[in-house]
Amino acid sequence: MTRRLGTFSYLPPMTTEQLRAQVANVVDLGLVPWVEYATDPAPGDHLWSLWRLPMTDGPGLDEVLAEIDACAAANPNANIRLVGYDPARQNQAVSFVARSAAGA
Amino acid sequence: MSDAMFDAGVKEYREHYWDDSYVPSDTDILAAFRVTPQPEVAREEAAAAVAAESSTGTWTTVWTDALTDLERYRARAYRIAPVPGSTEQFIAYVAYPLDLFEEGSVVNLMSSIVGNVFGFKAVRALRLEDLRLPIAYLKTFQGPPHGIRVERDKLNKHGRPLLGCTIKPKLGLSPRNYGRAVYECLRGGLDFTKDDENINSQPFMRWRDRYEFVMEAVRKAEAETGERKGHYLNVTAGSFEDQMERAEFAKELGSPIIMVDYLTAGFTAHTSLSKWCRRNGMLLHCHRAMHAVIDRQKEHGIHWRVLAKWLRMAGGDHVHNGTVVGKLEGDRAATMAVNDLLREDFVAEDPSRGVYFDQPWASLPPVFPVASGGIHVWHMPDLVAIFGDDAVFQFGGGTLGHPWGNAAGATANRVALEACVQARNEGRDVALEGSAILKAAAKGSPELRAAMETWKDIRFEFDEVDRLDVSDDQPVGAGAKGGSA
Repeated sequence: MTRRLGTFSYLPPMTTEQLRAQVANVVDLGLVPWVEYATDPAPGDHLWSLWRLPMTDGPGLDEVLAEIDACAAANPNANIRLVGYDPARQNQAVSFVARSAAGA
Repeated sequence: MSDAMFDAGVKEYREHYWDDSYVPSDTDILAAFRVTPQPEVAREEAAAAVAAESSTGTWTTVWTDALTDLERYRARAYRIAPVPGSTEQFIAYVAYPLDLFEEGSVVNLMSSIVGNVFGFKAVRALRLEDLRLPIAYLKTFQGPPHGIRVERDKLNKHGRPLLGCTIKPKLGLSPRNYGRAVYECLRGGLDFTKDDENINSQPFMRWRDRYEFVMEAVRKAEAETGERKGHYLNVTAGSFEDQMERAEFAKELGSPIIMVDYLTAGFTAHTSLSKWCRRNGMLLHCHRAMHAVIDRQKEHGIHWRVLAKWLRMAGGDHVHNGTVVGKLEGDRAATMAVNDLLREDFVAEDPSRGVYFDQPWASLPPVFPVASGGIHVWHMPDLVAIFGDDAVFQFGGGTLGHPWGNAAGATANRVALEACVQARNEGRDVALEGSAILKAAAKGSPELRAAMETWKDIRFEFDEVDRLDVSDDQPVGAGAKGGSA
């Protein structure tokens, strides 16, 4: 049985271009991005480790991608999740695993 | 009548209950009624009669009227608007002072505004089209136990619509077989499964047995997939005490969500359950069986948008709304307006969508609209385009009818959903390119390929019974602005 980690976990691993497009969407919508990671999360685990702090200063596309890469390099066995947070609604408008621990 | 001790007799209603100079106050509850009067009754008189009979009036003058400050308590019909295309019907706008209603009670609101007046002989038919609930009144309600955002956080599901499925056949499965059907759906990729509305506790499957087998399925699917799962355990019962016993047992088993049929259970039972859910951290899914009896006929009854507003006040985390594309009634513009009324904090008056009044929601939490009924995987692009992320799509036959079974059906729907969301986020027009998006996704998913083959020609195209009245030159709204048309 395959473990699933939320939105897009039933699709094939994203190509570099596809990941770039999803991150661009977060940036274009003006959401606050942040990166978090976990090696073997439980289904109800809300508290993945935070990679640095949420990027509240309107980061550019490349800046966000660089944080995903940096987090993955420092945590090679972890799942790396990108969150796009909407402060007005106090909710995560986007949340998906950008790099899965399987190495995809 | 020289011995009369007060001015007894029958008066024209319009003397006291029609006032076209009245400017509604911010705290008034405003109603828009579609009135079909008896042929000999003038419009103002019919409108005034509706205002009178749903507030302080009765058919004849009574001496105790003089002991009351009627000026303060009476409702007023303050405006009449034509119905495009009808010489017979018209829209009557009525303003009710806030003091007429008990705080936090949808039941009291109903007993007044949709009470005896609907059987009143001066009108041949009467329909409550819309209500403007003022902030002052809404602040006496707490609304949904959790709301969309807290539910998403609790279940850790973000950035996409949620997926559900009603277990079929709706009646007759044994508890163990039922649990199997639930497990297969959830392990395949659905977020939720659901009891059908008429599954309560019948001889073939008593509620306690069902709950136990279902929760085993939920726990196992969670452990295997690593995702949170839920089954809407129907706690609707023949008595309030039985309803609450079922809710307590669902909580004991660790279920994250229960369901109730809020119209057949009644607003008192429903509201108590909603408050219990808030106290106990339980999500509440609301089915709407019987709504079509009340809301489907255009001339008489209560429009669905009003029943939906009452649900948001009394409180529910999910409620069924139309699909626009499936097998059940639901004009597209009107359905989308109800989605807004469930999800947004402010909805502007818009005659083209049947919204008669501005409706502020005063931060009552939003409700997930549930699209359910005759939808399948080919509908997914339209559903994503129309509803956006904050909705639950429920594919019953569209999951269980998959040629390889429930798990494959669930996977097909999940893949299709995620492919549509991914494409939308990439800036593509999902409604326009839906077919290409699904076909591309099906290359990596044999489950989706089989589903697309199974339902490729299924459509439900019938005329709506309850269409909006819209013409370019005669808007039906403009209600809160005052003045006579």
